[in-house]
Formats: sequence, C-alpha cells, structure tokens
Amino acid sequence: MILNMGPQHPSTHGVLRVILEIDGENVVRMMPDIGYLHTGIEKTCEAKFYQQVVPLTDRIDYLCPMTNNLCYVLAVEKLLGLEIPPKAQWLRVMMNELTRINSHLVWLGTHALDIGAMTVFLYCFREREDILRLFEAVSGQRMMTSYFRVGGVALEPPLGFFDRVRDFASRFPARVDEYEGLLTENPIWVMRTKGVAKLSAEDAIALGASGPTLRGSGVDIDLRRDMPYSGYENFRFKVPLAKEGDVFARYMCRVEELRESIGIVKQALEGMPQGPIKANAPKVVLPEREKMKTEMESLIYHFKIITEGFAVPEGEIYQAVESPRGEMGYYVVSDGSAKPYRVHMRSACLANMQVLPTMCEGRLIADVVAAIGSIDIVLGEIDR
Amino acid sequence: MALAPAVNDLEQLKGHPAVSCLLSANPQTVAGGKFDRDEMTIYVERSLIREACRLLRDDPNCPFNYLSDVTAVDWFPSEPRFEVVYHLLSIPKRERVRLKVRLSGDMPALDSVTPVWPGANYFEREVFDLFGVRFNGHPYLRRLLMPENWEGHPLRKDYPVEGYR
Repeated sequence: MILNMGPQHPSTHGVLRVILEIDGENVVRMMPDIGYLHTGIEKTCEAKFYQQVVPLTDRIDYLCPMTNNLCYVLAVEKLLGLEIPPKAQWLRVMMNELTRINSHLVWLGTHALDIGAMTVFLYCFREREDILRLFEAVSGQRMMTSYFRVGGVALEPPLGFFDRVRDFASRFPARVDEYEGLLTENPIWVMRTKGVAKLSAEDAIALGASGPTLRGSGVDIDLRRDMPYSGYENFRFKVPLAKEGDVFARYMCRVEELRESIGIVKQALEGMPQGPIKANAPKVVLPEREKMKTEMESLIYHFKIITEGFAVPEGEIYQAVESPRGEMGYYVVSDGSAKPYRVHMRSACLANMQVLPTMCEGRLIADVVAAIGSIDIVLGEIDR
Repeated sequence: MALAPAVNDLEQLKGHPAVSCLLSANPQTVAGGKFDRDEMTIYVERSLIREACRLLRDDPNCPFNYLSDVTAVDWFPSEPRFEVVYHLLSIPKRERVRLKVRLSGDMPALDSVTPVWPGANYFEREVFDLFGVRFNGHPYLRRLLMPENWEGHPLRKDYPVEGYR
C-alpha cells in the first residue's frame, strides 16, 4: 500500500511529505518529497546589495538565524579581505552558541513530543523564552535577528546584557539535568529510541550527513574545532561522540552539545575583549551615527553605502560553519559589483534528509516519526 | 589586510594533495587550477569528472571522502555558460578542494557522481531543477524544488527575478 505522510502531518516539522510504500506496519520503500516551502531565496539574493542579503539568511533557517548570518558575513568578509576586531568575533561566538542552544531546545521539545513525551516540550520552551528575550535585547528581534553585519555586529549590546547572559548560563546546566531526568533513563523513551533507525558511519559519509547525525554514527568531525572560524580556536570544548548510530545516540550527542555550548558562552563572557565592534573599513562599514552627523567624509560614505552598496572584488568563497544541524555552507561568487553574482546555501538538512530511507526502510511506521525527529529537519532550510 | 593575488600556474600548485593526486593518476583530468583566498579550485575535464571524483575519494594520502556540496553558476551570456561546482572535504585530513566543470549553454550535460557518492542525488536534482543541467546516469533525475509542470529553470540568469507573469 502507498501511504502519504504529510505535508500536513504534525511529526514532519513543517511541510515535508513522505511517500511510504508499506506492507502492513512495515516500511518497504520511503521517498521524501520536498519543495513546499521553496521561496527562491538564492535568486532573490542576486538582486540585493551584499548587506541586504543578511535578513534573507535569517529566513532560511528560522531556528538558528545567527548561524546563517555568521556564515554569510564570514564569506563576504573573506572576499573583501576584512579583518574583524576581537570583540566582534567573541560576541559572534557567544550569540552563535546561544542560537545553538535555542535550536536544540526546539528540537528536543518537538522530538520528545513526537514520540509521546509531552512535558519536555513545556520545559524546553521555558528556557527558549529566556534566550529569545536575550536576542530581543541585543537585536530588537526575537527570531529574525539579523544582528551581524559585514565587518562586525550591528550594535553594542545594551547595559546589563552580559549580566543577564551570565544569569542564564548559571541556571541552564541544572535545566539540562532536568530534561535528562525526564528522558535519558525513561524506559519508554529508551525503547522508542535505542536501536531504532540505525545509520552506519560509512553510509553517513557516503550520503553526505553532517553534524550530530554524523557524530552520532561515530565520525569525529566538528568544524568549530577542526577548521575554526570567527575565533573558535580560542575556546575549549569537547565534541560529543556516540558510536551506536541510532536515535538515542543522536539524542545523547545533542544533549551533550547543550552542555558544551553553555560552557563556550561562559568562556566568552569571562574573556570578552574590549575594543571596537566593527572593522575599520569606512567603505564597507556604516559610520557611527554621531560621526555621520558631524563629519563630512562620514556622511559621504554613509550615503554611498546606503545608495550604491559596496563593491566586492571578483572571486568566490565557500565558507562552512557548524550549524546546530551540521555543515552549513555558503558559496558566494562575486563579479566585482555591489550585488552578489551567486549565493548558494549548502543546507545541512537537505543532505541529512537523504539518509532517511536508509534509516527507515524495513522498519515500522512508528519509527519513521522517531527517525525524522532525530535528524532535526527544518524545512525552511531544505527548500530555501 | 591586502588580498594575495590568485595563483593559476599548475606547476606551483602541485603541493596541494588533490592536484598531485589527479596529476599523478591521470593528468588529462586536470584542465587548470586556481589558488585564491586560501581555497583550491581545480578545473576538471567534462567527460572525466566521475573518474576524478573517484580518484580523489580513494586517494590513500589524502582521501577526499566527503562530498559537501554540488551547485552551479550561470555565466550568461558568455561561453562556456555553466560551471558545475563540487566542494569536497577530506574528513581525515581536514582539507577542502573545489572541482569545477565548464559546460556550454547548448544542452548542458555531464556524468552524475551518484555512483561515487550516493549523497550527490539531491544536490544534482536541485541543479537540474534550477539550472537545467542534465546529469547522465542519475538514478532519478526529476525536479526537486519546483513543481513537476514548471517551465524554465529559475536560477538561470536569463530568467527574471520576478518570474514570468
């Protein structure tokens, strides 16, 4: 029998449609069908100035906007050859790790909800609310932050912001214990996840999986540690690994990542350097408001950047960062003008989704729900 | 920070593991190279892309065993019009390399790399969908993001940003 799951199905996290060929309760063949959320962002980028693309990158993956911002601005900064001041880099790392926690909390809540544990969802969204308030304080927006700029970050964080982050960071580890207390040794959770939707390391590499999906199968790679960007080489953290390659292994990887991320946030708070938050590049970075009102030259630069954008030298860059879901890559091609010639997003979810048939074929329909939850898909990122 | 000029001379680029691997195994695969902003680009002969990928994946010194990404760039109206771009990653050695194949605008087609990496499946379907580049030997070359009955390929440069109305 052919069974259509989705696009309106609560466990498909948006608008994923899965076509299942089933024999009784068993899945014989599985085919994901995507494209319901395709908005043509890559095409839109080609018609915008470089800076105007940043808000679009938020909307690709609405659960980790800062990661996408970071990846894009890093690529453009490499094309320009800009040097970013240390304080901006540390702020970026801190916001990025908060974003990772934010994203993992939504994943954990909805994944547990899919499998039938209602409470975890409420607990996770309690902490997520705290993070969203931090985002609002720093950027004015809860979800679509667009906080990073080519050449630095948009604004100095408001007074008392670091204290709020410190307060959150001190509370959070106990909260992770709470989540784990609800799930890790819960016999129903263990039965639904252990040994389910197995993925071998060879299959994971061949199919292009990345992030916790790859590390859950025992492949030790994390771009933050192995190919550091934005000053990640200054931070100490462990990369959680699990050998089993099942849903439980991926769950453990992500939960450990929550702890590591909050560790990085704490390190960033302690060692936050002083200094400017924007690069010294008047032709690229908007001048300060005060200077713009008083200095002729700044006013001219401001006018030029707003009306004509800034030209980027010819070239191409593939910049990859470790997003909560895996390797998020931006391939930016410049033809020397003020608009990108081509922006391509390498979506971690799109590649991760290719492992679904390998995970699910030959197993029960109920396991499909667990498998989809365990690779943490965001359809906005898949369809772009 | 001033940008260093790009290096295009293959002789100087031999130090890179991917270049030396391809040149020693089959020099015909390499049509050119470029080292710019710390990123290595190798232009690969159109008919030999699958072989080049297999050579790089199985290279014992520096196996580029992970296919990060496949995409394309449209250089309309110049010829060769399309560039299909592959980004490879070596998980054991933490190295990256970019492979490029140039295609003419008239019936662009090349060999699929799905026999080498099954993970190329969706990426190639996306390129087919949005650029109209055909991949020979692909197991299921259908539109991925656009509806089945869509006309045209939206990421081509001669396709208007607002679409046809």
